[in-house]
Amino acid sequence: MSEAATTALSGAATNERRRRNYARTYVWFVVPAAFAVVATILFPWAFTLYVSAFEWRLGGTREWVGFANYTKLFTDERFGWAMLRTLLFTAMAVVFPLILGLAAALVFNQKFPLRGLARTMFILPMMATPVAVALVWTMMFHPQLGVLNWLLAQVGIPPSMWVYSPDTVIPTLVLVEVWHWTPLVMLLILGGLASLPGDPYEAAKIDGASPLQAFWHITLPLLAPYIVVALIIRTIDALKAFDTIYVITQGGPGSASETINIFLYLQAFAFYNVGYASAVVVVFFAIILALAALLMWTRQRVKI
Amino acid sequence: MQGITRRTTLLGTLAAPMVVQEVGAQGAFDWRRFRGERIEVSVQLSPRGNLLVQHNREFEELTGIRAGVEVVPEQQHRQKIIIEYASGRPSFDVGEVSLHVNKRQVGRARWNTDIRALIADQTLTAPDFDFPDFAQGMREYATQADGRMDTLPAFADYFILYYNKELLAARNITPPTTFDEMFDSAKRIEDRPRQIYGHVGRGLKNANVVFWSTFLLGTAQRDMINAQRQLITDTDDAIWAARQYQRFLRDASPPGSIGFNWNECQTTFMQGRAAMWIDGIGFAAPLEDPQRSRVAGKVGYAVVPRGPANHHCALFGAGYGIPEASRKKGPAWLYLQWALGKQMQLRMLAAGAGVPARLSPFTNEEVISQSRFPREFFATLRASGRIARAGLPEILPVTEFRDVIGTALTNTIGGADPATELRAATAAFRPILERSERET
Repeated sequence: MSEAATTALSGAATNERRRRNYARTYVWFVVPAAFAVVATILFPWAFTLYVSAFEWRLGGTREWVGFANYTKLFTDERFGWAMLRTLLFTAMAVVFPLILGLAAALVFNQKFPLRGLARTMFILPMMATPVAVALVWTMMFHPQLGVLNWLLAQVGIPPSMWVYSPDTVIPTLVLVEVWHWTPLVMLLILGGLASLPGDPYEAAKIDGASPLQAFWHITLPLLAPYIVVALIIRTIDALKAFDTIYVITQGGPGSASETINIFLYLQAFAFYNVGYASAVVVVFFAIILALAALLMWTRQRVKI
Repeated sequence: MQGITRRTTLLGTLAAPMVVQEVGAQGAFDWRRFRGERIEVSVQLSPRGNLLVQHNREFEELTGIRAGVEVVPEQQHRQKIIIEYASGRPSFDVGEVSLHVNKRQVGRARWNTDIRALIADQTLTAPDFDFPDFAQGMREYATQADGRMDTLPAFADYFILYYNKELLAARNITPPTTFDEMFDSAKRIEDRPRQIYGHVGRGLKNANVVFWSTFLLGTAQRDMINAQRQLITDTDDAIWAARQYQRFLRDASPPGSIGFNWNECQTTFMQGRAAMWIDGIGFAAPLEDPQRSRVAGKVGYAVVPRGPANHHCALFGAGYGIPEASRKKGPAWLYLQWALGKQMQLRMLAAGAGVPARLSPFTNEEVISQSRFPREFFATLRASGRIARAGLPEILPVTEFRDVIGTALTNTIGGADPATELRAATAAFRPILERSERET
């Protein structure tokens, strides 16, 4: 082995040693963050998994049941209905704000007098606290004393039962979500619209494209990444919707608006059935994870 | 060794009265015995909880103990204390326990200390505490099946009949004494085009079970579990009660009652849109508030109508307990004596904040005559106290019971057959109850 090669090897070894020493010195700086992650994320998850293997009611006995809570879950009709309601609610609470938010963004992207004021007014609902919003809507939905039925009566439309009927409760709750979160979608898409290049539109104009064609073939494809981001945020938000539903209906009438979150809350904090509730959490988390992965995959595809 | 001299004997004799006095002082009750300590109190958000906060300084000045009072909305409070008890280290030294919901759970786990020993301890209990002043029924309500008394009864909540005097008088109707009379009166008063209804009541799942039990208490069966602690919610009497519930909510109440909890009922009644409403005694205060209520001064009070076989009103209530894990049981016991003493219980009655567990407030004619509530209100309280009976079964999974039976009752408002619904709900809940009874 030549002297140069020996020197090079010796240098590489020194570098490796330095790197190890460096890592050894600074690894302690990572410990607090690692501890926080273990304490607040990994341990709760491991504990939830562990608890899900027990038949356990707070204040009662604890009995190891293995996967029994999971098998019970898949035969529990109430869980199945709650899952279906969650999917229905999520689908509506995502699609409508996306359509309306896109339309609003297109409007607010135009120049017109008092546009700033109109934009500010439009995003006001988003700033309200969900529980306060829910309480106000509850009063407005009252079948006899609520302002909504009074307004309907003024234009000759028969009163609605809003959240006081199993048939209309889910669409009515979606209405609250749409009112509350359409401004967020509008803001996200408006940001996208502001960043669109002008060249394609000029070219399209020269080629004689109509405004509708320009929207369909230029605006929409260019906005797709922003729409997907809004879709992901809305989907996650709608899936975990709890406060609004709980305050307005508590899952009622009957179980007509009992989504997974309400079902989970009842099992854990009303029935103190923590073993079964933990199994619900695990299954629901798996579903959200799968959905998030699907959305992220879609986002990657849109970027390409 | 130095022997006993005349001088030491003389000194000892002179010092004896001081020693005896000191021993006596240690043995006598002293409100300031724990001065400088700090305790935490956790109660529900209610007019009663507000009274404790309002007069907290009085306790602190009396005892020298600092008391931090945490007031949490009812449902969240129940969940919070159970989770804290289960953790083994509750953050509070005095906690409110809803006897109709958590009594058995708290008792079985022995989360609270047995206060009988504290009552018997003359060094810790004020001479004027007067335990017999607590109504016999309330003392029994706060006592566990094994004889332990792990809460001191704080207040009772009876279901009574509120009626709109104007609406009844307009049709020349007197307050009903039977459920049939009440239904007929409600139908006579009803004026749907003007959105005036004869009755309003709880339709929302879980909250509605206590309205159904109001009917059930009037039957020969009365209760929801039998002496063998088996579920009896699918019997003829239970189904009869469900049919009553169905006809009142479906045929004599405002549309949308299926989703009404007490707050929607209160709003409807306060706005003069309903003639009769059966619910807890605590709503008298908001109904008589002229700032908030259109029916203030026009509200009539009566005991709930009698059933075909019995006459009872549903009883609910709460007690205050001291966690076994608390390290400040002495100061906490002083707090209980003050919070549920004669003066505070009198304040509770005068403010219309609830029905005191003690008897003495009802004998205070001066306070009653100066109250903003009519005499009829106090007469109804006294009469209800004589016919009160637990409105919910004393079982561990009581919230689940309310959920399952409540869903069945809600379905009946939509038109489902009460017998079918109750049988299905009973079949669904029976294994849950049996399992919990096996564990007990």
